Amino acid sequence: MKITLKIWRQKDARSKGKFETYKLDNVAPDMSFLEMLDSLNQQLIAEGKSPVAFDHDCREGICGSCGIYINGRPHGNDRKVTTCELRLRKFKDGDTITVEPWRARAFPVVKDLIVDRSAFDKIIQAGGYISVNAGAAQDANAIPVPKHNADVAFDTASCIGCGACVAACKNASAMLFIAAKVTHLAQFPQGRIEAAERVKRMIAKMDELGFGSCTNTRACEAECPKGISISTIAKLNREYFVAKLKD
Amino acid sequence: MSKLNAKIPEGPLADKWTNHKAKLRLVNPANRKKLDIIIVGTGLSGASAASTLGELGYNVKVFCYQDSPRRAHSVAAQGGINATKNYKNDNDSVYRLFYDMLKGGDFRAREANVYRAAEVSNQVIDHYTALGVPFARDYGGLIENRSFGGVQVSRTFYAKGQTGQQCLIGAYSALSRQIAKGTVTMYPRREMMDLVIVEGKARGIIARNLITGEIERHSAHAVILATGGYGTIYYLSTLALNSNGSSAWRAFKQGALFANPSFVQIHPTSIPVLNDHQCKLTLMSESLRNDGRVWVPKQKGDKRNPNDIPEDERDYYLERRYPAFGNLVPRDVASRAAKERCDAGYGVGPTGLSVYLDFRDAINKKGRNAIEDNYGNLFEMYEKITGESPYETPMRIYPAGHYTMGGLWVDYNLMTTIPGLFAIGEANFSDHGANRLGASSLMQTSGDGYFIIPYTIADYLADDIRTPKISVNSPEFENAENGVKERIEKLLSIGGTETATSFHKRLGKIMWDYCGMVRNEEGLKKALIQLDELKEEFWKNLKVPDTANELNQELEKANRVADFLELGKLLVFDALNRRESCGAHFREESQTENGEAKRDDEHFSYVAAWEFAGDGKEPILHKEELKFEFVKLQERSYK
Ligand SMILES: Cc1cc2nc3c(=O)[nH]c(=O)nc-3n(C[C@H](O)[C@H](O)[C@H](O)COP(=O)(O)OP(=O)(O)OC[C@H]3O[C@@H](n4cnc5c(N)ncnc54)[C@H](O)[C@@H]3O)c2cc1C
Ligand code: SF4
Ligand code: FES
Repeated sequence: MKITLKIWRQKDARSKGKFETYKLDNVAPDMSFLEMLDSLNQQLIAEGKSPVAFDHDCREGICGSCGIYINGRPHGNDRKVTTCELRLRKFKDGDTITVEPWRARAFPVVKDLIVDRSAFDKIIQAGGYISVNAGAAQDANAIPVPKHNADVAFDTASCIGCGACVAACKNASAMLFIAAKVTHLAQFPQGRIEAAERVKRMIAKMDELGFGSCTNTRACEAECPKGISISTIAKLNREYFVAKLKD
Repeated sequence: MSKLNAKIPEGPLADKWTNHKAKLRLVNPANRKKLDIIIVGTGLSGASAASTLGELGYNVKVFCYQDSPRRAHSVAAQGGINATKNYKNDNDSVYRLFYDMLKGGDFRAREANVYRAAEVSNQVIDHYTALGVPFARDYGGLIENRSFGGVQVSRTFYAKGQTGQQCLIGAYSALSRQIAKGTVTMYPRREMMDLVIVEGKARGIIARNLITGEIERHSAHAVILATGGYGTIYYLSTLALNSNGSSAWRAFKQGALFANPSFVQIHPTSIPVLNDHQCKLTLMSESLRNDGRVWVPKQKGDKRNPNDIPEDERDYYLERRYPAFGNLVPRDVASRAAKERCDAGYGVGPTGLSVYLDFRDAINKKGRNAIEDNYGNLFEMYEKITGESPYETPMRIYPAGHYTMGGLWVDYNLMTTIPGLFAIGEANFSDHGANRLGASSLMQTSGDGYFIIPYTIADYLADDIRTPKISVNSPEFENAENGVKERIEKLLSIGGTETATSFHKRLGKIMWDYCGMVRNEEGLKKALIQLDELKEEFWKNLKVPDTANELNQELEKANRVADFLELGKLLVFDALNRRESCGAHFREESQTENGEAKRDDEHFSYVAAWEFAGDGKEPILHKEELKFEFVKLQERSYK
């Protein structure tokens, strides 16, 4: 397969970036998108040029490191995949592919395709936890949790913090990310205790960090590699109103 | 010999930890905040230690090279985490898990450490559950367990095929809470480049800021390495791509002993190599062997579609060779059996280097929904990579480098031979002997961090309560920083033509061919020569683009590969020295008539701990004799 890549190159946070065009003549359909960038980088280094910087680690869709905006879509044109899971068989011979970093005010570009997602960590620090110290817990089976709740908790806790939801949203809102965490922790009796505080603090932090608000465009749900459903945002809103009413 | 005092407490096995804890000294809460602790790593071991030490009031600084602590490699663990709750009433107990681990490790681990790991396992599960880790539950709302990899009780807690992710998110949430409280300071996108020793004690690290390239000095009263395993030495492995052995290697070169480096687990069920651009092998959790049956065609080179091969023309070789355990034999046994079939010409797939893992019978018996419920995301993952659905066509699998039982030598307090330097999680050697039992790493990493290191480090720090903040302006920090800068300069200035990735690939091939699933003296000696040649070539012909003062991923890689080239030799020395087969270490010279591993307890019942003797010199071997007071050594048989 032959492909043409238009890749966003930006030296560091302060520099201005621009697109550069590269051609690859010999890529295989069963290569992953990142393996394709690896081979481009080997070629660039051989030519004495700077390789393209991108975040990655597990290469199997679970660490949430990778995240590239491909032809206008976070993680590209396959459903429920991360960039590292995307395969070239989803493209056609001769395609031109546009490759950009996430674009969001709260995620400034660090270099090339790498952005700073530490805002997500700060949101979790604001309340995305259950307060229990090591050693204080009771027997794991002391609090039964209905299977349905456990399943909802699993599904929402499978958010990998990649940021595709923010990148997909025209308002660059982090609502899906927060909704996933709030819904996850609300499934457990011990998670309910701090529920009201949690939701208020996480949303306040989101606003403070420059994420936009949710206008229900559903773009996030369509691009989330872990299939986090937009219905969690409705749950989040409910939690939020109840919490505010108590104020 | 004096170097190795394992400090194993006296007394009956079941009382050792209790007695030991009673004797460990404490640090008064008011003094804790004056004590600084550096933790490198945010996987289950690092994150658990960090949050717990933060909760106790110490001043903790944590480092990782990812952009967020939540992405540490532990996130990728799939199958589960063990505990001895006996929720299934199948007569499980601390002793039984201890025995399974010790036997699974082929009697090359310390009894006391293994027993303790089993002992604290229940508390780990309680804690994760309290943190909101959604372990699988049954319809009564109670927690489900399954049997995992070669054991006959169901003691594995799991969250579909994402147990590591779900546990790490729990550990990360507790860590985040401490960061918000200010007890823990997080330094992401930092790489530890060296350890700093002041007056014989570990007192800090030199780190590189991976965004700016700045070299930073960080000091503390004690340093904990929680940096994971070095399985990526094989280039292709199931580990995350950035996993590496550098921090342990730096510690080794500063005097910490490295134990059993050649004990590397090759996991039997990974997706086979598909093409040569591939940089990683994706694991298919071993839990799949609960329902999948492993087979190859009875006829060599049979190219038929697997579904067209009738039952009597299939060789279910694990069930045939090991009727008692069948498809659930331990990992090392399953891996070698797959290699044996493929080497004999019965392998399947385009390269002939894979075997089938077939769910047809399980789907017929339990229904597709039940299978989907247990393995849905693994099947999805397999299909995304290979384009084939395991519901319709059997999976193809092959062994891949996976887990390093070897690591920094630590005593019962998890302290290395350098005072004040501790190693926890996969980075140490302590609990898995020559082979790790499935689902016991998440258990050990978490146990180390939540319930062991917080107690043992206090005993060490009790001597330091009057030691003021460690200055970073000492000559020791100065020298360490200069050393790091010189090394970076050197890597950048070689100006050759070959990339770090290319060297890594070549290294991986040498290691896989000669120090992989099967080893022999001739091959190992060949490897020593080839590794020397490769190292020389590396330092002459490496090409690293760009500069030191910017985000430079090639430089990061080159730095890690440089260490791997040396670590590789240590693996080979260790494998050469151990002229027996045990666990994952299979020396061809030491096997039974029917090709099973043959242990030599008379000569090799020891931990091989290696000491750095200077560049280019052979490392010095120290032996820690293993004493088995409570179990009788047995031949490991799964027939
Ligand atoms: C695919 C896969 C599946 C697995 N499944 C299971 C399972 O089901 N059950 C089970 O029990 N075990 C499983 N294991 C094994 C288990 O996941 C690991 O052994 C365990 O998670 C290791 O945890 P850790 O905390 O020791 O290190 P890791 O999670 O590897 O973390 C290492 C940390 O150290 C940091 N680090 C390393 N070097 C440096 C440096 N120089 N500077 C700064 N930071 C550094 C990294 O950033 C990272 O934060 C699996 C392993 C793999 C590969
Ligand atoms: S909600 Fe989905 S898209 Fe957003 S961070 Fe989580 S996994 Fe990524
Ligand atoms: S590299 Fe881990 S999710 Fe893509």
